[in-house]
Amino acid sequence: MTPADASAPPTVASVLSLRGAVKTFGPVVALAEGTIELRAGEIHALVGENGAGKSTLVKILAGLYHPDAGDFRIDGQSVAFRSVADSKAAGVSVIYQEPTLFPDLTVAENIFIGRQPRGRGGLISKAAMRAEAAELFARLGVPIDPERIAEGLSIADQQIIEIAKAISLEARVLIMDEPTAALSGVEVDRLFAVARALRDRGAAILFISHRFDEVFALTDRITVMRDGRYIDTVDTADATVEGIVRQMVGRDVDQLFPKAPAVIGDPVLHVSGLTRRGVFADVDLEVRAGEIVGLAGLVGAGRTEVARAVFGIDEYDEGTVTLLGRPLPRGKVQRAIDAGIGFVPEDRRKQGLVMDLSVAKNATLALRHQLARFGLISGSRERRTAQDWTRRLQVKTGSMEYAVSTLSGGNQQKVVLAKWLATEPRLLIVDEPTRGIDVGTKSEVHRLLSDLAGRGIAILMISSELPEVLGMADRVVVMCEGRVTATIDRSDATPEAVMHAATRSLASSETGADS
Amino acid sequence: MTTTVTPTTPPRTRSRWSTLLRARELPVTIALVLLVVFTYAANPLFLSAQGTKDLLLNATIMIILAAGQTLVIITRNIDLSVGSILGLVAFMTGSLFANVEGIPIWLVFLAGLAFGAVLGAINGLLVTVAGVPALVITLGTLYIYRGINNWWAGGTQYFAGDRPEAFGNLAVDTVFGFPIITLIAVVVVVILAIYLGGARSGRDLYAIGSDPAAATLFGIKVSRRVLFAFVANGLLAGLAGVLYAARFNSVGATTGSGMELDVVAAAVVGGVAIFGGSGSVIGAALGALLLTTITSALTALRVDKFWQQAIVGILILLAIVIDRIAALRTARKLRLSEARDD
Repeated sequence: MTPADASAPPTVASVLSLRGAVKTFGPVVALAEGTIELRAGEIHALVGENGAGKSTLVKILAGLYHPDAGDFRIDGQSVAFRSVADSKAAGVSVIYQEPTLFPDLTVAENIFIGRQPRGRGGLISKAAMRAEAAELFARLGVPIDPERIAEGLSIADQQIIEIAKAISLEARVLIMDEPTAALSGVEVDRLFAVARALRDRGAAILFISHRFDEVFALTDRITVMRDGRYIDTVDTADATVEGIVRQMVGRDVDQLFPKAPAVIGDPVLHVSGLTRRGVFADVDLEVRAGEIVGLAGLVGAGRTEVARAVFGIDEYDEGTVTLLGRPLPRGKVQRAIDAGIGFVPEDRRKQGLVMDLSVAKNATLALRHQLARFGLISGSRERRTAQDWTRRLQVKTGSMEYAVSTLSGGNQQKVVLAKWLATEPRLLIVDEPTRGIDVGTKSEVHRLLSDLAGRGIAILMISSELPEVLGMADRVVVMCEGRVTATIDRSDATPEAVMHAATRSLASSETGADS
Repeated sequence: MTTTVTPTTPPRTRSRWSTLLRARELPVTIALVLLVVFTYAANPLFLSAQGTKDLLLNATIMIILAAGQTLVIITRNIDLSVGSILGLVAFMTGSLFANVEGIPIWLVFLAGLAFGAVLGAINGLLVTVAGVPALVITLGTLYIYRGINNWWAGGTQYFAGDRPEAFGNLAVDTVFGFPIITLIAVVVVVILAIYLGGARSGRDLYAIGSDPAAATLFGIKVSRRVLFAFVANGLLAGLAGVLYAARFNSVGATTGSGMELDVVAAAVVGGVAIFGGSGSVIGAALGALLLTTITSALTALRVDKFWQQAIVGILILLAIVIDRIAALRTARKLRLSEARDD
């Protein structure tokens, strides 16, 4: 018995296993079947589309969420984490894409906060703390000054500090949630070197990434998730990019998202070489009258940032934005509105609506200058305009005077649309138009957008939902890490093509082979 | 021999230099030195034995209050009720000496500290349990505590003659040229500086103010620590109240009115970030010393009273502008370094 145990390779021991975890938020099922098994001494990839349930699964492992059902074991022992402290005590550490360090504290203190080494008189020994931190960094082979404050550190260095903290906590399971998204090539190499060293010392590492080249270069096994469900776990050596992508998107783009054919007219928006340093670079875009252009890509690809720059919310460093042949000045929202752009933001509660104001006031917010006489807004004109548009969009509300916060998500979104339609825009930018909206209203919003395109409005639609993009867009522009990686016509737009471009996975070779 | 020479020394001295230059206490220290040197040059009487003693006495109470306030501000909170707490405790001190025959001085101190701590605990509990911003809570208790003081004191005032001579001598007698109550303030500042710099729970206060959400995520006991900061601040305001009664002739219904803004100003001028997370009690104490010294200096230089207040205002704005510029420079550096990595 004992000799057998001793001779068994330590790599097959399952350190962490989660089976059939379920997590719901009200009617929304965030995770239908979360299953993952991590072994000591392996790097394990978790892949899936946006909304596949990866983040929810990570939050369960981190102790932030408590699953409604499922079997969660560490070292074969059943566990139920109630807090992050619980998961840390069990040896699970999570490194997030953007670590949460205390900006005012030193690097060493960030590693040891709450458990600083103590010296004379029970006071913290700064020397011991510095030495321990320096030793951790030496082990990781990364020269970070333990005495500097955390503010101003690069994301890569912040992640290394989180890893150093995990090591000092003697974590056996290290979860990295899209750690490379904000890193440069050199920094990625450094991170991988650290991850491999930890694996070789027996840690189990869960690596979440959208970049297939990294997944294949670094990991030993891959688990695929889709629509909140576990799909498959395969050995990386036996897997192919095509096979993984097929498992990630494997579903039909059904007829939920029909775009009626519309006459496509002249270019309305023309963006050329748009660059905001460190955010996006060299973005070219064209949207024509009657056309819906889908801007696809993963969260963080820079799509919203491009839209904000076009609309004048953010400044940009280089490039031009032209609307109907006339250049738009940078950083001037009112000029963009006057020129005929409407912008339906991603977070309608925070950016699209004034939640405590009435439906009528919200619907006419963008028009308030036209409705004013001698600087005062006429209430009756305001109500008339609002009534007109809310009726046309079939907003369900008891009264024009109800606070917009009392409406459902779908109806709120219609109020935001009404607000912009009242300005008679030539270009409508919609950012995640159906996020958080139930399925029925979703198709209503889609019908509405299609209808607007039919009337000759140019629509730029940012969406992270692949079926929505594929169903609605006449053309799909795919961004990845701040750059346009592909422009695909409706007829050629397949889930695989978009995913490849969005993950930059062998993007050059794939498109090369296709064309 | 040559091989043992390691190149660790040059970077270390450089980093010490840069640490000193980046220290948040630096601007207030420079301002204080310049002010004293300039005023002394114009009027040497300013730094005579009596002049120095007056300077220190004037600063003492403000130093204690600013040190206590620093604990609270570091956690991204604020306590505006300290002037009212001081007033209540000072009046209680006067009342105890006048009405309780032969009460020992130490007992009065104890009662003052306890009363202050209770008033601070009320603030702290309201902030941590109700989850209402401290600005609003302590603005409310500012008026409530002052109201109690009005109701209790009415038109009554207690004068120095009502108090034992030994008590009043705390503000008269000196040790090595320092008034005794000033030494008490120095002890308070030293204890708090050690606590904030060297105790785990003291460091927690910085973490809480630096990023409250992250602090909760890290399992730091945010509510308990914030409550502690308010209790300690109340206790110190109580101490300041007792010492106020020792230092000044009369205590009554309006004692300490309006002091809270001077206290916050002293902390901010001393480099305590108003949004929490950084600053030190030493800085706050220097800020208190600077603000009280300015008043004396401008009087010594025969500057109009109006200008004295305007100059205090300019100092506050300067402190915030310096802070802001430093933050913006860090942000720009960060953005540039990220752009370069692309």
